[in-house]
Amino acid sequence: MTEPTTLTLGRAVNSGLRRAMEEDPKVLLMGEDIGSLGGVYRVTEGLKKDFGAHRVLDTPLGEAGIVGTAVGLALRGYRPVCEIQFDGFTFPAFNQITTQLAKMHNRTAGDVSVPVTIRIPYGGLIGSVEHHSESPEAYFAHTAGLRILTPSSPQDAYWMTQQAIACEDPVIVLEPKRRYWLKGEVDTGRPGTDPFSAQVLRPGEDATVVAWGPLVPVALAAAEAAAEDGRSVEVIDLRSLSPVDFDTLEDSVRRTGRMVVAHEAPTFGGLGGEIAARLTERAFYALEAPVLRVGAFHLPYPVAAVEDQYVPDLDRILEALDRSFAY
Amino acid sequence: MDAAPSLKAARGAAPRAPEPRTRLVRLLDREGALLEDADFSPWVADVDAEQLRGLYRSMALARRFDEEATNLQRQGQLVLWAPLRGQEAAQVGSVRALRPDDHVFPTYREHAVAIERGVAAAELLGVFRGHAAGGWKPSEHHMNVYSIVLGSQVPHATGYAMGVAMDRRAAEAEGREVEPTAVIAYFGDGTSTQGEVHEGMVFAASYDAPVVFFVQNNQWAISVPFSTQSRVPLAERAAGYGFEGVRVDGNDVLGVLAVTRWAMDRARRGEGPVLVEAETYRLGAHTTADDPTKYRDREDERRWAQLDPLVRLEAHLRTRHGTGDAFFEDVARAAQDYADEARATVLSLSPPRFEQFFDTVYAEPHPLVEEERAWYRDYVAGFADASPDGQDPPADGAPDDDGAPAAPGAPTAGLTVAADPDRPAEGTASGTEEDLA
Repeated sequence: MTEPTTLTLGRAVNSGLRRAMEEDPKVLLMGEDIGSLGGVYRVTEGLKKDFGAHRVLDTPLGEAGIVGTAVGLALRGYRPVCEIQFDGFTFPAFNQITTQLAKMHNRTAGDVSVPVTIRIPYGGLIGSVEHHSESPEAYFAHTAGLRILTPSSPQDAYWMTQQAIACEDPVIVLEPKRRYWLKGEVDTGRPGTDPFSAQVLRPGEDATVVAWGPLVPVALAAAEAAAEDGRSVEVIDLRSLSPVDFDTLEDSVRRTGRMVVAHEAPTFGGLGGEIAARLTERAFYALEAPVLRVGAFHLPYPVAAVEDQYVPDLDRILEALDRSFAY
Repeated sequence: MDAAPSLKAARGAAPRAPEPRTRLVRLLDREGALLEDADFSPWVADVDAEQLRGLYRSMALARRFDEEATNLQRQGQLVLWAPLRGQEAAQVGSVRALRPDDHVFPTYREHAVAIERGVAAAELLGVFRGHAAGGWKPSEHHMNVYSIVLGSQVPHATGYAMGVAMDRRAAEAEGREVEPTAVIAYFGDGTSTQGEVHEGMVFAASYDAPVVFFVQNNQWAISVPFSTQSRVPLAERAAGYGFEGVRVDGNDVLGVLAVTRWAMDRARRGEGPVLVEAETYRLGAHTTADDPTKYRDREDERRWAQLDPLVRLEAHLRTRHGTGDAFFEDVARAAQDYADEARATVLSLSPPRFEQFFDTVYAEPHPLVEEERAWYRDYVAGFADASPDGQDPPADGAPDDDGAPAAPGAPTAGLTVAADPDRPAEGTASGTEEDLA
């Protein structure tokens, strides 16, 4: 029996990768600077030293090449784990992800599987330059054939990494980069929960806030603040962005009657709209107010000096809760 | 005020493309006489008259099959067809250089390659009838399904080849013997512009992947001539990646066979990738939705028609090997039989059940797919004419029970589709083939 250890989210991903590589020799890591440097966020630190350059590939700089060759490796029986250095650099690989990786199983009527994992550090508030802070989840959630996970805690990061790699389908793991240094307990002896399920992190009675990845701690803080005003707010970590565990959300909203969906991506066309629509269809008569969305503006991700006004914060979630209670 | 200088004047004379540095390999001249090539003749030294007749037979069969598929499209039985006419030698010569375990990554025009890899006519034509996205099992034929978004398959081929090399290293480390294999990626001159082709080649060089990039330069990317696509023969780009590039007369089946054998052998032996450029010509349209008379002149077509790969091999067989009419008549009959069988097979195909497409989106269970499948079942069952076995009711404009598409001019969902004599039958033209370059 192992004792839980305290790890940062980034180290938890590292430990998850390590364990997956130990258990299956077909697991390979590939990406820019992931070997000797250990990745720009050092998430893969030490893995090349321990597993060798033939299992941790420092690739040439070409995202379509990384994902495209990963598709070919998967067709040959390997389980590649690609790291895309930053969210904004996913787009050169967009064709490979959406027209190839997502569809190969269906195109071959199930004859081949492409168990490729793509790790993408995503989200903002790291004080960087253009294309380093985006939240591209809606593009991929819209594409049938992909699964999308996003951990918000080290425990989830450790297990989701392994669960994504073990999955026969292509999985995109969106790692909330501004939470890489978030510390938490990781129990390597206790198997992770179903990665495609949403989890109620804080029970409540008056309203539900749904969040994922980087915004989960913000949602928890908002619930804490709301409690001071006498409002009992339930917080759900969505965890899987495709598929979405609507059952857990519906169960919650039927109890609380109010729901706010908070994400870093722009509101328009975002995943929050899908959640709001589905919950309205499923639980219209249980709702005391429309499902409200908190997201970023319909603007390109702004320059670092003003990014804190673009990314939703605790106050923006509280404002949405106020609006919900005003109905 | 002076008129602004024309763009042409501002740019000055177009810079001249450099002269090709890569020689063109040719083993059969245009009249079908054998040419000696110190580097490549030895690679086909074993090819006797019987094998040459086999190559001819494969090319003739592919051509007749291709004609029949074009006819089927014109008759409204296929939604689209991409003719290969003119490229038979490039395809047959190259695929005959492969071993069964070598893996193929094609575009959507590699019909002769697919037939040689054992893909059945029904599997192949099912794709163009709108029945299947892929059509066959890659695992059975060691050939991936056709790639429609061009260039995507090139990094796949490289990745697969990287896996082959890894398997080989693992086997060697364990002292196991393995049969060396290699990978071939097919694409055209138009596709060579795609960024993914470049990345695929960079990765192939970086990892010494056992992959052969086989470009059929058929001179046209739909309506854009090769002169717009490249300033140099594509084979010369290989030098920029640091591997071998070879130009071969793509209408010379013997030359293509020799060059591809050499390239695949090199790759199998671990000597890295090779880029082969087979210079050929697409005698027909890009696809059946295309009209080459709008962009190329008859004289060019006539000139290339004289370089027909079948005519050349026939001349060689007749003059050098005394192959007589009986053989060619026999081949023509066999090709006709194959075409007849393909036609009969196509006409016997029933549309797939829509519901089966829910089965293979994901390899593992997926709640949204299951939810929507259940909704669809209920929806279908709600129709008064729902059949008891759950078979989909025919939708407006969809093929009816005997598989025939709705006739032009037939009302579909309240709209009347105009019958245009210049267009293929309604339901046959595709508006989505812009990527079929």
